[in-house]
Formats: sequence, C-alpha cells, structure tokens
Amino acid sequence: MKKFGIIVLPGSNCDSDCFYAVRDYLEQDAEYVWHEENNLDRYDVLMIPGGFSYGDYLRPGALARFSPAVQNLVKEAEKGKLIIGICNGFQILTELGLLPGALMRNKNLKFICKHVTLKVEKVCAPFTSRLRVGQRISLPIAHKDGNYYASDAVLEELNRNEQILLRYDEDVNGSVQGIAAIISKEGNVLGMMPHPERACDSMLGNTDGMYIFGSVLDYLTKRGQ
Amino acid sequence: MENQQSPWKILGLTDSEYQEIIKGLGREPNITELGMFSVMWSEHCAYKNSKPLLKLLPSKGPNVMQGPGENAGVLDIGDGLALVMKIESHNHPSAVEPYQGAATGVGGIVRDIFAMGARPVVLLDSLRFGPLNTDRTNYLFEQIVAGISDYGNCIGVPTVGGETYFANCYQRSPLVNALCAGIADISKLQTGKASGIGNPVLIVGATTGRDGIGGASFASQELGENAEEKLPSVQVGDPFLEKLLIEACLEAYETGYVVAVQDMGAAGITSSASEMASHGNVGMELDLDKVPLRAEAMTPFEILISESQERMLLVVEKGKEDIVKQIMKKWGLRAEVMGHITDDQMMRIYQHGHMVAEVPAHLLADGAPQYVREGVPPKNLEQLRVLEIPSLALPEDFNAAFLSVLSAPNVASKSWIYQQFDHTVRTDTVIKPGMDAALVRIKGKKQAVAFTTDCNSIYCFLDPYEGAKDAVVEAARNLSMVGAVPIGITDCLNFGNPEDPVVYWQMKRCVEGIRDACEALNIPVISGNVSLYNETENGPIYPTPVIGCAGLLEDVSLFCTNSFKDEGDIIVLLGEDKGEMGGSEYIQQQYGLVKGVPPKADLAMEGELQDCVRTLIKSNLIKSAHDVSDGGLAVCLAECAMGGQKGFVADIETEERSDVALFSESQSRCILSVEAEALHDVLGMASTFNIPAHVLGSVEGKSVVININGREIINVPLEECMRHYDQGLLWSMNGI
Repeated sequence: MKKFGIIVLPGSNCDSDCFYAVRDYLEQDAEYVWHEENNLDRYDVLMIPGGFSYGDYLRPGALARFSPAVQNLVKEAEKGKLIIGICNGFQILTELGLLPGALMRNKNLKFICKHVTLKVEKVCAPFTSRLRVGQRISLPIAHKDGNYYASDAVLEELNRNEQILLRYDEDVNGSVQGIAAIISKEGNVLGMMPHPERACDSMLGNTDGMYIFGSVLDYLTKRGQ
Repeated sequence: MENQQSPWKILGLTDSEYQEIIKGLGREPNITELGMFSVMWSEHCAYKNSKPLLKLLPSKGPNVMQGPGENAGVLDIGDGLALVMKIESHNHPSAVEPYQGAATGVGGIVRDIFAMGARPVVLLDSLRFGPLNTDRTNYLFEQIVAGISDYGNCIGVPTVGGETYFANCYQRSPLVNALCAGIADISKLQTGKASGIGNPVLIVGATTGRDGIGGASFASQELGENAEEKLPSVQVGDPFLEKLLIEACLEAYETGYVVAVQDMGAAGITSSASEMASHGNVGMELDLDKVPLRAEAMTPFEILISESQERMLLVVEKGKEDIVKQIMKKWGLRAEVMGHITDDQMMRIYQHGHMVAEVPAHLLADGAPQYVREGVPPKNLEQLRVLEIPSLALPEDFNAAFLSVLSAPNVASKSWIYQQFDHTVRTDTVIKPGMDAALVRIKGKKQAVAFTTDCNSIYCFLDPYEGAKDAVVEAARNLSMVGAVPIGITDCLNFGNPEDPVVYWQMKRCVEGIRDACEALNIPVISGNVSLYNETENGPIYPTPVIGCAGLLEDVSLFCTNSFKDEGDIIVLLGEDKGEMGGSEYIQQQYGLVKGVPPKADLAMEGELQDCVRTLIKSNLIKSAHDVSDGGLAVCLAECAMGGQKGFVADIETEERSDVALFSESQSRCILSVEAEALHDVLGMASTFNIPAHVLGSVEGKSVVININGREIINVPLEECMRHYDQGLLWSMNGI
C-alpha cells in the first residue's frame, strides 16, 4: 500500500473527494495532513486538494503558500517525491514557485463548472503513462481562476522540456496555449485545473480521472520493485 | 402626527403591539428592549400573519423526526441517518444589494442545517426576476447568480438544482429562495433548546458589527421608492469564515459537550438567545462586553440586533468550554463565553456592569400577537380566467412557435446559471442540474436522496389553490421521475403585503392547496419560511409558494434520467391531456397573455401515476422518464431528445387544436422511453395502475418530428432545437 497525504488547509473543500478517490478507487492509504504539519516524510505522494484556501483572499494560493505543510513541499519536491496540486492546489504550487506561471481569473470572469475535453499532450511516468499522446479524455472543471498564464520565455521552456501534459480541446477559460496541466522540470510535481478525483466512479458518469491516478500507482509500484 | 414619531412605530411595531409589550412586561420597555421586541415581533421572525395558516399544513409522517419549529426539519432516511432540510428567502436584501443579499441567503440557510448537527450536502436555489433585457434586471440577475456562486462554491456545498422564472411582477421584487439539506447520524443531531442551569453560552465565529441592523424589520415591509436607504440593513457575507464554522462546529459536536446550538440569522443575538431560552424553558444572562465587536462604541441595541453573518450561539456543558474553545481556535475562530443559563426564564442583558434589558424569554420569542385576517379574491379574477382559445389565430409556422417556446427564458436551459455553481464537489451528485430532480448518493450507503424545487407562480396568480396544488404535485412528480419516493417538503411562501385582503386570500388559498396535495400524496411539510411584503408601488408579486421536496431512493443503482437512450426505443405517454392552456408558456409566448384557468391536478390520478413510474424504474422496465410541465408535450419530448442527443418521430391522435395538443400543460403526465421488448410489460403495468398509456412513436434520426393525426406539424433538426434551448436565456439577456 502506498500512502497518500492530503493537505488540509483552512478553506480546502476537495480534501474528502481526494481522500475517497485514493481510498475507494485507487485502493491505497489516504491520510489527511493538517496544514500545520512539519513532517511529511511518511507519505509517498502529497496532494494539495481544491477549494478556497484562506478564502482566496489576496489571490488564490497567495496565503496558503505560507502554511508549514505547504512550505515543506519544497523540500519534499527536491527529494523527488510526487506532489499533485489540483485546482486550488495548482494555484498554490505556482504561488510557491514549484511550478512556473500563474492562474488568473477566467476569461469570462465567471466560475465555470462543467465537463471539458482534454487532449493528452505528453505521456510520461508518473502521471500519464496510462494514456497515449493525442488521446481525448473528459474531466470536470470547477474554478473561477483557471486561466493559465506564463511569459513567452517560460512557455517556450515548458514546450521545450515537454512539461505540458494536458491541453483544453477548446478555449474554456482563456488559458494560454490551452494549458490545463503541467509538470515541473524534474517531472515529479503536477499541477492541473481539472479534477481527476471527481471522475473515478462510473456511477457519476466518468472514470477518466483514474487514468491519472492509475498512472501514479503504476509508477510507485514499479519504483518499489 | 405624534404617533408617527413614536419610537415603536419607527421600529415597525403597531400601537396595539406596543400595548401588548407593556402588558407583558408590566411597564414600558426601554429603548434596548423595544429594539429587541421590534425584531422578534416582526413578521419575519414571528410569522404574525402566517402562523395560523401554517397550522393547516400536515407535518407528521412515518419519516418525520422533527417538524417545523427547530432550525430545520429532520427526516429519518434509514441506516441511522437523518436528512435535515430547510428553505429560506432572502428577497428583500437581494432587491437592494443583490450580490450580498443572495450570498448571505445561502450562508444563512447553510447555518440552519449544520446547527442541527448535519453536514450540509446540497444547495438548491429558486429564483424569480423581472423580464431580462433591462439594465436593472440583468444587473440583479447576474449579481444574484454571482452571489450564490461565490458563497456556495467557496464553502464546498454543491448547488445541484433549483429553478428560475421571469415575470413582470418580480421586476423590482426579485425572489431568492435558498434550500439546503444535510445528512447527520441520528445520534449526533443537535437541538436549539437551551438547558442546564449554569451552563455557559458561547458566541462563536465572526465579530459583531453594524451590518444588518434591523434586517428582520426591513424584510417585514414593502420595498418603497427609497429602498436603497435600507442598505445598512443588508448583511455582508464571508464564505471562508462560514466554511471554517461548519468544520469547527461539526468537530465540536463530536465531543458531546455541546448542549444546544443555534445560528444567528435574522435578529442576531436577540433571536438566537431568546429562542433557545424560550424553547428550553430557561433564562439567560448575557454580558455584551464579552461580544467581540468589529465597530467602536456599539450600543446594546445595536449589538443585540446586529445581523453580522457567520456567527453561532452554543450552550456548552459547564466546565467543558475550554475544550470547545480549543477546537474553535484550531480552525482560527473566536469563541467567547458571553453568558450562562438561568432558571427563571428571563433574558437579562448586561453592558458595562449595568443591566440594559430584562425581558421574559417566552414573551420575546413566542409572545407576538397573531393575526387572522379576512381575505377576498381579486375583483378581476373572473375576467383573468377567461381564455377563448377559438378566438386566437393558429400560428402560421408551428416550427417557429415551437422554437419560441423552447427558447423562452422560463423554458430554456438554465446552464448559464448552473455552470457558475459547483455542482460536482463532494463527488456525490449522481443526477446533475438540468434534469427533473437532482440525485445525491451517500457514500458507503445503498440509498440516495433526490431534491427539487417547483412553483409555477402564474398558475398561482390565476388560481392560488390549484396553482399551489400543482406546485406540490409537480415537485413530487419530478422526484418520482428519477425513481425516488417523496418523503418531505420544505416550503417558502412568498407573497405581497398580507394586510391587503387580496394577498391574504392568495396566501390562504395557496396554503389550502398545499395542504390538500400533501395530504393526498402523503408528504409532510417539515420546515419552511414565509416571506411577505414582496411588493412595490406596482403591486404585489404573484403568489409564489415554492415547494422544495426531498425524495428517498432505496437503491441508488436504480435511478432514471429524462434523456432518450437508444435509437429504436418506443416513446410512451402516460396520463391524459385535458387541453389546459390557462397560464401556459405557449399562450404567453404566442399571444402575450397571462390568462385562463391553470391546469387542475387530479390528486388521486397523480399519486397512481407517480407510483406507476417509480415501480417501472424499480423493475428496470424503462430507459427514461420525464414529466410534462412548462411548455407541454412538445417541450417535454424535445428535452428528452436533446438530453440524449437522439431525434424522434411522434404521432399524436387528438380532437383538439394542434397547438393545444402540443403545448397544453395538463398535470399528471410523463414521457417514457422503452425498449421494444419491454413495451408489453410497461403498458401492462400502466393498466394495473389505471393510468392511460399511449405509444407516441420511437427514438430515431436527428430531428424532432411531431405529427398530429397523421400530418407533420413540427419538424426541426435536433441541432436547431439545442441552439434555441441552450442560447435562449442568453438571447433574452441580450434582447435578441
């Protein structure tokens, strides 16, 4: 069993969704990590769930990056540990500097909740090995600030290093180059606006999220051998 | 002249109510006490005009654990679980400051639910506006949707359903009714009854400021020309704080040391404290110096009636207050002991060491006079109910007439609204917005719960009794269409000024309609809210008794949706058309008329129909079910087709005019789609329940095709239907 730590910040609201996705569908250990926690050693994967940490005050993720648990992610990332930030988690990772770019207010200035079609840009361990390049998957989005932006220099680097994993099939929120999910240069930190944890159960009509979580599990299992 | 200057009148109390207060106290109240009475005895808090009518509603049933009277109603849904539910209006604040008004409406109803010990799991919103495409209405519409969106999304409670209607009468009196439901372990349910002499009273959450001073009184008056002067009466919400409050309170209940809890809504500390004391037959001593304030030099009057949001009042076991405070601190919340429970049923309020108010809790919370008024029907009612169909010219182009109904804002897709609401958070939403009812599972359990809100207020305007009946049966029918058994209602009764005999008559007839429908379908009313004085110089709103209904689906794997599934499936109509065009969407769109006799629900037939559909779903005999409502049969069929991205050909045999057959809104009807092999069994089941069933056609092609008596009347490509249905609301906003 692999251990997934789900960081709970004041205002997180997808923490339990991540918990159940890991426990019930990935069938691995899931544990909540209070944001004041300093020791993250015991987890194989750390997740920052969606929500409105600190009410999105100032800007999404701007305050959460100072939480002890979030600060500790920098160290964990350096060790090569897998870190997944979903929605608000992605916003926090960019504020923290573990991922480049920023997430701005959606182009239509409104919250958008719907299923979107995503194009798989890059297939790689540990996050997308169960997919193939060019494959279309569907995942729910639910955000007001998902409009990804980065400077031309950063975009060029993201493309050159093949750090872009998923792009929106059509312009959903104004994201530059349709970017929906990126990884760090080293490849162990993932940030994505769509919610894979909301798409793991056939009863809810979509299990495409399991492509992402399944890839993570494949990677951890292989690495463990 | 002198009377107009008297302080009680300025605060909204009548002379005779003031005399009642003097009689109850045995003396004149001081200004602080008067302020407390003015909010507690307002219509909003005391239901002075509606209580006698509300007693007519059935509130008992096998599932009912708590009927009206607590923060919310409670239903037993099996497996040791309780469903807690309530709907509440926030109309007046939303008319003045739509964003905050709507946002705090959501915040308030959510607190009612977790005050009962339940985790809030769904929100629904029932909204009413004037016709779109005026700057003011578009502004109200966009801001109210944004307010709900920002608040509900932040606290992580999915908004799974609701309804939105547009009519002239709501132009300056928009309605914002928010429904919240939560799930609790029965053993963890909380109460609002204070108990335990000496137990400390804690104020928890936000600081208290001057926002929302006198909101309850404001909500008990008509909105005048200068309604915006009432801006200080509107509260400001902080959803982040609310989210912390939810988590902190649920964690505090786990300790078992919370004796009683109530949220601070209308009338603030005054209401929560006096209601908790009154319902528990105890008294309270409160020290206002202990209340954390956000403004300087607040008077006792202001502190006591402030409606600052995101606050709760907790009675905690003596000696355990530090444990509860510690939990609050963990979540970054303030909690202060501001008083304790006493044994003499008096509310005693202190500031700076002096007693500033001393009032019997019962008198304050439950002593307001009740008014039974005389109602009279409006003079023009008979004239309004006349609708001479033969005198109306048939449309030349039925395709165009059909598309204009499909794109009418009352019928068109509300996706522009619900895409702004997070409806997938919590990963329990099995049936999403846009269907007959939302279905929400409970992780780890077999059963699921379904929700809907319904009210066609035009029907209620033309016949309050039949219209209210229609609202109840439609709500119940919507639940039955997904397979759920309706188990409880929460109602939000929105009317104009009850002192107007016509408005009072509308209220009374609506309540009687709800009563009769609830009794026939055996659904108890477990909670609710009354919002009166929804009127401006232009008159009252249509009577709008919004029915929120919850249903129980025993086995979540056996649910049904409204969309056609497979080419070749047979389309079956259950129920009978009675050619009822009064108040219909078609008559409004085609002829610009709000007239006629609205559909009359046959309650016995309705019960059978719903039972039949639920049985068909349970037996896995049908692939889709959708009830016929606004826009009639034509719209119903088109919605099934658009939902499934499948065309159809339907043949209607009728002796009626074509437009009547297509657009009549007769109740107790639904459209099913059935596999050819199952048709025999489905028809057999319908006849067992004594429900007329007609095979209309089949799912096929990529167009909506309706023939009447063998002649093609409507033939529109599915894509064209979708464009009108999906864009209708937006076109309306942009005046297209």
